[in-house]
Amino acid sequence: MASARRRSFVALVAAAGLTLGGGLAACSSGEKSSDNLDKPECAAFKDYTGIAGKTVSVYTSIRDAEADLLQQSWKQWADCTGVKIDYEGNGDFEAQLQVRVQGGNAPDIAFIPQPGLLEKLAKAGNLKPAGDKTQTMAKQNYSADWLKYATVDGKLYGAPLGSNVKSFVWYSPKMFKDKGWTIPTSWDELISLSDKIAATGIKPWCAGIESGSATGWPATDWIEDVLLRDQGPDVYDQWVSHSIPFNDPKIASAVDKVGSILKNDKYVNGGLGGVKSIATTSFQAGGTPITQGKCALHRQASFYANQWPQGTKVGEDGDVFAFYFPAVDPSKKPVLGAGEFTAVFDDRPEVQAFQTYLASADHANSRAKLGNWVSANKGLDIANVANPIDKKSVEILKDSSTVFRFDGSDLMPAAVGAGSFWKGMTDWINGKSTKDTLDYIENSWPK
Amino acid sequence: MDFSNEPPKLLELLYGVIAFLAVVGVLLFVLDKLPMRKERWIALTFLFPAGALLTIGLVIPAIRTFILSFTKPDIAHPGTNKFAGFENYIWMFTEPESRHTLLNTLLWVLLVPTVSTAVGLIYSVLVDRSRGEAFAKSLIFMPMAISFVGAGIIWKFIYEYRPEDEKQLGLLNQLVVWLGGTPQQWLLKGPWNTLFLIVVLIWIQAGFAMVVLSAAIKAIPAEIVEAARLDGVTPWQMFWRVTVPSIRPALIVVLVTITIATLKVFDIVRAMTGGNFGTSVLAYDMYNWAFPFDNTGRGSTLAVFLFLLVTPIVIYQIRNLRQQREIR
Amino acid sequence: MTVVPPAVVTGETEVAPGGVAKRVGKRLTSRTATVVSILIALLWTVPTFGLFISSFRPENDIKGDGWWNFFTNPSFTLENYQEVLFGTSNVNGRLASYFINSIVITIPSVLFPVFFCSLAAYALAWLNFKGRDWIYIGIFALQIVPLQMALVPLLSFFSRGVSLGGVTILPAWDLQGPDKFIQVWFAHTCFALPLGIFLLHNFMADLPRDLIEAAKVDGASHPKIFRSVVLPLIVPALASFAIFQFLWVWNDLLVALIFAGGNQRTAPLTVRLAEMAGTRGNEWQRLTSGAFISIVIPLIVFLSLQRYFVRGLLAGSVKG
Repeated sequence: MASARRRSFVALVAAAGLTLGGGLAACSSGEKSSDNLDKPECAAFKDYTGIAGKTVSVYTSIRDAEADLLQQSWKQWADCTGVKIDYEGNGDFEAQLQVRVQGGNAPDIAFIPQPGLLEKLAKAGNLKPAGDKTQTMAKQNYSADWLKYATVDGKLYGAPLGSNVKSFVWYSPKMFKDKGWTIPTSWDELISLSDKIAATGIKPWCAGIESGSATGWPATDWIEDVLLRDQGPDVYDQWVSHSIPFNDPKIASAVDKVGSILKNDKYVNGGLGGVKSIATTSFQAGGTPITQGKCALHRQASFYANQWPQGTKVGEDGDVFAFYFPAVDPSKKPVLGAGEFTAVFDDRPEVQAFQTYLASADHANSRAKLGNWVSANKGLDIANVANPIDKKSVEILKDSSTVFRFDGSDLMPAAVGAGSFWKGMTDWINGKSTKDTLDYIENSWPK
Repeated sequence: MDFSNEPPKLLELLYGVIAFLAVVGVLLFVLDKLPMRKERWIALTFLFPAGALLTIGLVIPAIRTFILSFTKPDIAHPGTNKFAGFENYIWMFTEPESRHTLLNTLLWVLLVPTVSTAVGLIYSVLVDRSRGEAFAKSLIFMPMAISFVGAGIIWKFIYEYRPEDEKQLGLLNQLVVWLGGTPQQWLLKGPWNTLFLIVVLIWIQAGFAMVVLSAAIKAIPAEIVEAARLDGVTPWQMFWRVTVPSIRPALIVVLVTITIATLKVFDIVRAMTGGNFGTSVLAYDMYNWAFPFDNTGRGSTLAVFLFLLVTPIVIYQIRNLRQQREIR
Repeated sequence: MTVVPPAVVTGETEVAPGGVAKRVGKRLTSRTATVVSILIALLWTVPTFGLFISSFRPENDIKGDGWWNFFTNPSFTLENYQEVLFGTSNVNGRLASYFINSIVITIPSVLFPVFFCSLAAYALAWLNFKGRDWIYIGIFALQIVPLQMALVPLLSFFSRGVSLGGVTILPAWDLQGPDKFIQVWFAHTCFALPLGIFLLHNFMADLPRDLIEAAKVDGASHPKIFRSVVLPLIVPALASFAIFQFLWVWNDLLVALIFAGGNQRTAPLTVRLAEMAGTRGNEWQRLTSGAFISIVIPLIVFLSLQRYFVRGLLAGSVKG
């Protein structure tokens, strides 16, 4: 009797399963599987054959309007090759990617902004090395400086995609002109300018590091940028790879140098309150006092161009613009930047083809034409870059005298780079001493 | 507008509903038609769907979490874990950061269930049978209908800080200014900042308490109320001697449910402070360690500790259940 | 609260002497009571009201001063709503798409748990078998398993199937397109069970024993008692659980992100809301209107289901 009961339950489950299976079959048909490579506008893509009708899933941290531009940038390629790109952008990308990879549901391709995460996934065997064509394309278009961040154990796992330059100080050209201030070209000039501005009753600097669960990151950028200037790229590399401890005196010196600005009551926080208001001001709002004349300087990356209030004109003759964050020694030109890398979890031909395309100059130009885009791609035609700050960024990236370093927190293990470093700097702004802060971060380094 | 994507979805919904009806229909039919003598087998059939799903969705993950809590990431082989003994547990109780987190969680668990239940109870007694009750209740219920994303924005607005000489954006600081004070950075100073976060969850959960308790109040038999009234009790006495004892089971359900929800609180802290300024709680740290920080061992340990924290409630439930059985 | 004076006799009390059916309600009718209830209502409404006002203010106003300035310096715009509903993106009708997804996700994710929970709760409350209490306590305790820790194993269950020692017991589901909704329903159903069984068990165990016994004496089997005696009686409890489950699913972000994915083919409204602020969160003024659009359906559901739980759990039945 009982077994009859159970059997009927099994039958029921099977029935329900069949019903749903019917739905599956009904939906999976109707894909068209032809490409348009013979059309004249597709001439550039004639090598991408035999992948029509396939789908590539993309997972990124880029969403909303920027995601639309990105999808638009490869639309022509997708139309020509007949490949369908299934795009997904998420604000909690770093965590969600881990969940998906661990759960066996990795996307085909991800745009990873943290070389540290890329390295970990590569070493764990989750990523597939870049295919031959991608390698050729990447080496042709990107400098070794960039490719080394996606190279693990001698194998290239991805190619850079977008990038940004972080060593910028935003200011108001009009305000500078009215007050007769000049753009500083060395650290000393920067400090004397700050003193000069402070003497007029305006607090020269403004900053905001609140960013939800990523609160603290703008402060880590400050430290990295200053460390690069104060101690040079070699110490920077040692610090990132943890061959010198996080609480090394050299690091402490750089942190204190940042403190001489960010924790200086005379300098901050223009229009936003006292030193501690930096911790609770959102990074989006960190620079807005400049437009109201309540603050003069705001160190933030090139992408801050999109954060200004509606109607603010960005440009050398506009309401706001940025100058290069000067080095201690003006003859050197260290630059801090970041960007994302394409990495594949599956090496099906269509996935590899897409990765190859993303590394190409075709894509860099196609995306740049749509606006708001910086890339270190050598094939990028600067004429396609419209935004003045993007133009300036591309010039800096292309300049051979530039000593480029990638954002250190993105290279460190996630527990530090996206954890204790952010948190430590937030506490530091909130009053914790440099020594205690650095000791805390050093202790959290995974052993 | 392109709606070509929509029909398959609605078809899928239709399949889902059909599958549901099929499950219900067939299960009830089968249960009805096949007489079974042993209650054990009937019980098994009644419990089977829930049991199977629970095993897949929760029991196995719980066991896995328990095992993982004794491991740590193997630096030499990224992506794998190695045995770590009680290292994570020692870490949890010795690291000042995580100790602070545990204390915060305790504060949350003490305040949220009690205050939100009290508010829900008082409010449902006050508006019971008043004109516009439905409207009055939807006002308190509304926060429940707002997602955590929405609640996060609302309360960030309220606590927003601008310096003294600026126009205030946040209501709380504006009130302070109107009263002649200086604006404060509410989310910066401990332990007050934790209290300000707790307010948010109370705001959300009071609606739950109100709905359940209001239903319970309406179920109090009229005779009891009437008898008490004939005895000439004051409303105050009525509340303590009639209302509260009559709805005791519902009160317990509410308290227990909110306590568990509070232990698992995660989104509010994440949205409001990102766990900074000493406001982190267990569940938030657990998520951070398990995923972004890539140390499943520590994340799992915190999860196991969460489980230990409910043990008192579980024991209370066992006692309760025993009493219930004895009465019947 | 202060002690209130003896109840002021209101019109209500005189209505029906002896008419038990029309129960005579009395509340703490005094000025204090009114003040307290209005105060609570205000405290609970003002934050949302502020957001509501903000949703009609232009971006620069929202970011410039507090919403109360709207009354002294009103500047009204529907731009936030327009942006959210019709999008800045090329793909129009996006929000409508997410709206449908939310509905497709929510309905089965409410139906299945309600039914499975009532079955299980009945067995745990009214059937006699060994280990019954321990199973109940076990299910109760499962409430605390944080769903974040269940994501990876459950996802792995879908994407890799189950195999023991190289033998596949259950194959991978490998669901694509709209079939991904099945995963979400499955996940939501799993996660809803402990709380649902706990709530419904509490209500079912409270049913008078005589009622069940009488039905048994009449020769009714357990399935029949469940169907025709218990289920009708616990409708209010089912409705309450259904609405909480509905709210939970409707407002859920994490489960949907993992099991449905985050694009417009399967992701719910919350996913869209979360990404609406843009990659760097600078467009958060859109969230003000977005939050209101997402609140509409839950409020309708609450208002329309309200009568079920306002009616009381055992109103008019044979309690006692």
